Amino acid sequence: MTEAPSLFRMEGISKRYGGVRALEQAELTIKAGRVHAILGENGAGKSTLIKVMAGVVAPDAGRMLLDDKPVVFAGPAAANAAGIVCIFQELSLIPDLSVADNIVISNPPMRFGLIDRRAQHRIAAEALQRAGGGDIDPREIVKDLPLSRRQIVEIAKALARKPRVLILDEATSALTAADVTTVFGVLKRLRDEGIALLYISHRMHEIAELADDCTVFRNGRNVASYVAGTKTDREVVELMIGREYSHKFPARPAPVPSTAPPVLEVRNLTWAPRLNGISLAARAGEVVGLGGLDGQGQRELLLALFGVLRGVSGAVLIDGKPTAIGSPRVAKSPGVGMALIPEDRKTEGLMLPMSVRDNLSFASLGQFSSGGMIDRAAESRAVDDVIRLLEIKTDGTAALAGSLSGGNQQKVVIAKWLMTAPRIILLNDPTRGIDVGTKQEIYALLRRLANEGAAIILYSTDYDELIGCCDRVLVLYDGAIKRELAGDEITERALIASALDIDLAVEA
Amino acid sequence: MTRFWLNEQRGTLLALAIFAVMFTLYVSNHPAGFTPNVVQTAANKGVLLALVAIAQTFVVLTAGIDLSVGMVMILANCIASYLVVGGLITTTGGVLAVLATGVVCGAINGAIVIFGRLQPIVATIATGAVYYGIALWMRPFPGSTDAFNGDLADALTGKVFGVVPASLVFLLGVIVVIWIPFRRSILGRAVYATGSSEVAAFMSGVPILQAKMLAYVFSGLLAAVGGLFLTFFTYSGEASLSNGNTYTLYSIAAVVLGGVSLFGGRGSAVGAIFGALAFRAIGDLLFVFDFDPLWQPLFQGIVLLVSVSLGSARLFSVRNRLDFFS
Repeated sequence: MTEAPSLFRMEGISKRYGGVRALEQAELTIKAGRVHAILGENGAGKSTLIKVMAGVVAPDAGRMLLDDKPVVFAGPAAANAAGIVCIFQELSLIPDLSVADNIVISNPPMRFGLIDRRAQHRIAAEALQRAGGGDIDPREIVKDLPLSRRQIVEIAKALARKPRVLILDEATSALTAADVTTVFGVLKRLRDEGIALLYISHRMHEIAELADDCTVFRNGRNVASYVAGTKTDREVVELMIGREYSHKFPARPAPVPSTAPPVLEVRNLTWAPRLNGISLAARAGEVVGLGGLDGQGQRELLLALFGVLRGVSGAVLIDGKPTAIGSPRVAKSPGVGMALIPEDRKTEGLMLPMSVRDNLSFASLGQFSSGGMIDRAAESRAVDDVIRLLEIKTDGTAALAGSLSGGNQQKVVIAKWLMTAPRIILLNDPTRGIDVGTKQEIYALLRRLANEGAAIILYSTDYDELIGCCDRVLVLYDGAIKRELAGDEITERALIASALDIDLAVEA
Repeated sequence: MTRFWLNEQRGTLLALAIFAVMFTLYVSNHPAGFTPNVVQTAANKGVLLALVAIAQTFVVLTAGIDLSVGMVMILANCIASYLVVGGLITTTGGVLAVLATGVVCGAINGAIVIFGRLQPIVATIATGAVYYGIALWMRPFPGSTDAFNGDLADALTGKVFGVVPASLVFLLGVIVVIWIPFRRSILGRAVYATGSSEVAAFMSGVPILQAKMLAYVFSGLLAAVGGLFLTFFTYSGEASLSNGNTYTLYSIAAVVLGGVSLFGGRGSAVGAIFGALAFRAIGDLLFVFDFDPLWQPLFQGIVLLVSVSLGSARLFSVRNRLDFFS
């Protein structure tokens, strides 16, 4: 350990939400000029810890010290003023304002008592440059930007506040690989400038690259702190989940013969300019991966299949029969039997203010109703079954979906679609921002569903996932399939090479 | 520059276009044609609605709605009919008292919405009824005071240099003195931020409560200015329930026509002004075409529907159905 003095310290912090204990006597020491990684499953207390630090929630007990002096934050503004700036997992950008408006939102430059727009533009452009977003125009309206660009804006916004402690909560989850490299460069420079960084991520290789110190949380307590690199991944994961770490991915069965009739076949699907002539086939029992850099049309492909996009040309065949899927309603109908696990569970997947039961049965209400009236008993039985099947941790079926942890929310989204008994399951990055334990459960579930006869199409930004879960991977580039990898061909090297549309054989 | 500017001003420009079409139709078919007197009359009626529409804009920008604007205007009208009297000093005092009333009404609305956590729609229906009740108590019957300062009224509803309607000049003043500084102030931006995403605004340390309070106070203030103008036209005060309700509903129509999003965070008072002027022109079209006035509500409703639909025309070109919901 270095002898640098502590910049920020938390002592004996406890926080309960109703009957749920989120933090219990948590301790944390952060030093200037170091990157401190926080690891832990979802529900381990990381989010609450950050919210306490950032002044979003007040702790029930314990104290915080900044420069060895006790501090109390009345709200996010107070924490910001003290130099503690947080980049939240749920983006805190204001959709209708411009990029520049957002970057200077908490402290706009003033001139003659009014906001100085020219200075604001300059500050924003500078912050964007530092955050690796020099290509973003500060005048752009935030809601017109894609997710990965918004995350860069979020980082620029934090930098414009001149933080002493910068907290990044899954701040790279929506970034492309190239963006991550840029952002890491920025973060390393900030560390060298003496800023303390608190880094929360589920991506182990990111932590390995970036962190100086690590603290593992489990069940609301800090269970171990160590200097980065002194523990193996295996040891760390065991600390996080508190049990023996077994195989991460389920075994891959023998490939489905390509002569088997496809459940889903797509011919020359086009939605210019994002999709350019995509043809693919998925058979019962197969997990087909979609790879490539973020934003190469994977999301649009899934939306097109699910009937969300208008003006799509090409043919979609279900069980060999041409089928027009004009809306999600048609897509989920028994004749098609399709399900889409969407990218953003909070907006497209769940009704957060409604109960877990209502959320689970929404897609399959037709099964439990006759004459337009819902059979509540049948609904309850089915809901209980699926909660048991997926081991969803919830405080009864009447609990609100918004009260569950991220991993359990995602399980609800998946379970909701399993209740429709789909034959074709499309998943859009289903493990984003989810803890290791739940990830493993989802991997096992996907394989089991495939074995039971479903055709699965899985888009993932995590290469490990594509390698571990998929029978075949289709690598997309610029809205077209550049390469198909099968079985042992699916390696990180091959995935990256084809994602970048380069031929390693030629280079070597 | 232009792309971003156009994107931001789309609603305002559409309102301007609708107004231009409607007003051209109106003037070209008016028996007297495009004369200062015709413009003055049209302007005075339009400005009255425009003031209430600006009031509504402030609250709608926070993703709220103020159903008491019409009643604040009526209350201000009744107070003004008693207090805007005599010479310079008494008149000034009277005007200030009327404006203060508006500020207090707005502050009460704001306090109930912010601290009582009531839905704006419910809170302002209730307070609107209270404000109307006070107005009715003050003026059980329409009436005026002999000492009413008619000179001020005539000056503000007349013409400057014999050509330009004074009310339009006054409206321009409101934009310069209130709107532009608001738009470029921290609290003004906070109003937009709060309306666009209250959670994100809170997480960014934006002063949400102050922003909402400011919006309601400005709403009350502008509604009171509207009440003053109503008094200048009529020289009297009248606790008219139908007038109050009509102005409240028309202010919402004008705001929507002016490109202000009812979801909050988007739009401007300039757009709302054009929305109000256009809405007035639509209402007056029937008279120049010599139709039976009985047709006015029907006609006005249809033109309003068509105009507002223009703003939704982009939905036809949506290629991703998820965009319908954003």
